[in-house]
Amino acid sequence: MMDLLHAFVALSNFVLVPAIAYGSQLALGALGVTLIYGILRFSNFAHGDTMAFGTMVTVLATWGLQAMGVSLGPLPTALLALPVGILGCMALVLVTDRAVYRFYRAQKAKPVILVIVSIGVMFIMNGLVRFIIGPGDQRFADGERFIVSAPGFKEMTGLDEGLAIRTTQGITVITAVIVVAVLFWFLNRTRSGKSMRAYSDNEDLALLSGINPDRVVMITWLIVAVLATVAGVLYGLDKSFKPFTYFQLLLPVFASAIVGGLGNPLGAIAGGFIIAFSEVTITYAWKKVLGHALPESLAPDGLVQLLSTDYKFAVSFVILLIVLLFRPTGLFRGKAV
Amino acid sequence: MKKLLMATATAALGVGATAASAEDVTLGIILGFTGPIESLTPHMAGGAELAIGEVSESGKLLDGMTVTQERADSTCIDAGAASAAAERLITSVGIKGIMGADCSGVTGAVLANVAVPNGMVMISPSATSPALSDAADEGLFFRTAPSDARQGEVLANVLVDRGIGSVAVTYTNNDYGKGLADSFSAAFKAAGGEVTTTAAHEDGKADYSAEVGALAAAGGDALVVAGYVDQGGPGVIRAALDAGAFDMFVLPDGMIGSALEDTFGAEIDGSVGTVPGTESEGADRMLEMATAAGIDGTSPYVGESYDAAALILLAMQAAGSVEPGDYKGKIMEVANAPGERIFPGELAKGLEILAGGGDIDYVGATDVELIGGGESAGSYREIVIEGGKLTTAGYR
Repeated sequence: MMDLLHAFVALSNFVLVPAIAYGSQLALGALGVTLIYGILRFSNFAHGDTMAFGTMVTVLATWGLQAMGVSLGPLPTALLALPVGILGCMALVLVTDRAVYRFYRAQKAKPVILVIVSIGVMFIMNGLVRFIIGPGDQRFADGERFIVSAPGFKEMTGLDEGLAIRTTQGITVITAVIVVAVLFWFLNRTRSGKSMRAYSDNEDLALLSGINPDRVVMITWLIVAVLATVAGVLYGLDKSFKPFTYFQLLLPVFASAIVGGLGNPLGAIAGGFIIAFSEVTITYAWKKVLGHALPESLAPDGLVQLLSTDYKFAVSFVILLIVLLFRPTGLFRGKAV
Repeated sequence: MKKLLMATATAALGVGATAASAEDVTLGIILGFTGPIESLTPHMAGGAELAIGEVSESGKLLDGMTVTQERADSTCIDAGAASAAAERLITSVGIKGIMGADCSGVTGAVLANVAVPNGMVMISPSATSPALSDAADEGLFFRTAPSDARQGEVLANVLVDRGIGSVAVTYTNNDYGKGLADSFSAAFKAAGGEVTTTAAHEDGKADYSAEVGALAAAGGDALVVAGYVDQGGPGVIRAALDAGAFDMFVLPDGMIGSALEDTFGAEIDGSVGTVPGTESEGADRMLEMATAAGIDGTSPYVGESYDAAALILLAMQAAGSVEPGDYKGKIMEVANAPGERIFPGELAKGLEILAGGGDIDYVGATDVELIGGGESAGSYREIVIEGGKLTTAGYR
């Protein structure tokens, strides 16, 4: 019994807790991608850098608050600075839409052209963020680091295995739940949300029924700015803020959105967790867990690792390929890519 | 058209001829002035130019030759660009020796594509890949930096002396990380230690929980992180600390930097590391000279750069010729015993002794002792982290 408990604690520490936190961050990112795909009808490659921009504004605001001596006690000050970051990000995406995307929308440009345009926007945002805050690592997390720390857990329970839950991991999951709940309430219950869904389902019908397309587009961008900034700040708090990692985050975020079904918000959330769990579990070495769970005579000598961690990214893409082969619209019936 | 071509060719030949016959000699300094180590290279070039200036001003090199230098960009990562830069220095500037290149990859490329075909001597101050020891160099390649094979041994000895019996190893997935991890594992196993697992990590990721999960499952007394302090290394340490997987870390030269103190402070107290360094008199003198010249002498590989340039010039004096084919055989002679010991700032004295037919043992800023095919034997500073600070525990 004790052994099974040890096995479970080890599993939680190295697989469940990190994967749930990572999955929440991916899900929030994928929601932004999927909303743009559903309503504006293109894959927004600039999403990773939109996240980086929102996070950067938050980081700068956090530093400002820290310099003034404001703090939230055990919680990171960045939560207080988050609204500033969201406003900054909103301004950025609205300006971008007005300066760039609106032109192509008016021309009824094909989605593939918009994708290429978004890659151009991506490089500009990339440069902008590096220009303002620099390419290096920035740390802005403060407050209490752990809810439960590994040595603390051992002391508390008397077990041999430690369990660590970082404050940022807790905040990530709670914030993700709140944001997703509000988003679904907005999409399903409010007038604006309904008009967005109508616009997404059938643009012409929506226009005929008197929905203002400019308003829908603007609301979409505003929501995307909120999602991107929240996802970016949570990721940055949990790990660290570096523009290049946000650019790389684009790959798993897109994989999540596509696996779940592009354009389907529920799918984006499921996709986020599927990608996160597959990355962590398939490359996990099960030696420790099995060593606790199995009788001594069966305990493994090797690492019991399915794939080396080098293949972490390959795993998510294999899943992506399999899903696209058998269900081209994704697990939750999004739009065909 | 034909006439024009002929005229151009004659002119080019003429330029080459004048450069060779004039009473001066030019050294090429090929370092990555742009790219991943662009913050280090200005200081390294400054170190080399310090030696060049010293020799030139002394007026003692081969009856008062003046020495000049020409910089070129190796980019650290682009082998094509580095080779083109070296080619330009040899064919159009007419250099007589190369101080460089810096990163192991481009150094190997310049050596194979340009230096060997042109018979040009190359002394690298900072390429540490073990693979360069076996490169086909026709006696033209030397380095004042030690091979990582040596660092692997030193690191293994540090651990054995501290009674650490088993470690997990993670390395950054490139030539440097792989070479260092391999040499360390071999040395550690030979000394009776156990390596529980070896896993690569990619730089530039923010999430290393999967890697740390695998390393923790394998277990060990400590985690060897053969990475870079401004890349993935701190991420791995952070994830390991947070998960309570390891609390002691073993840190090779790429991981030693003030950023480590800033990021972790006392959290990694007790961790050990190694970084090239000596406590010789030469290092102190070098630091003084560099500071006086406005160069950051504490920046890595500044002393090595000074030594590389000094060795080329001293060997020219010993051979009585500035032609690489003549002086390449003299480099090992001036670098090693027997002879009068020469420290930084004493290059004039060295030149005089050599002119008089005497022997010198160039010690320089980094205690130069060339072994094997012409690479530094390497002395290392053993680092221990105490109270959140990098402290020196001794020299090996």
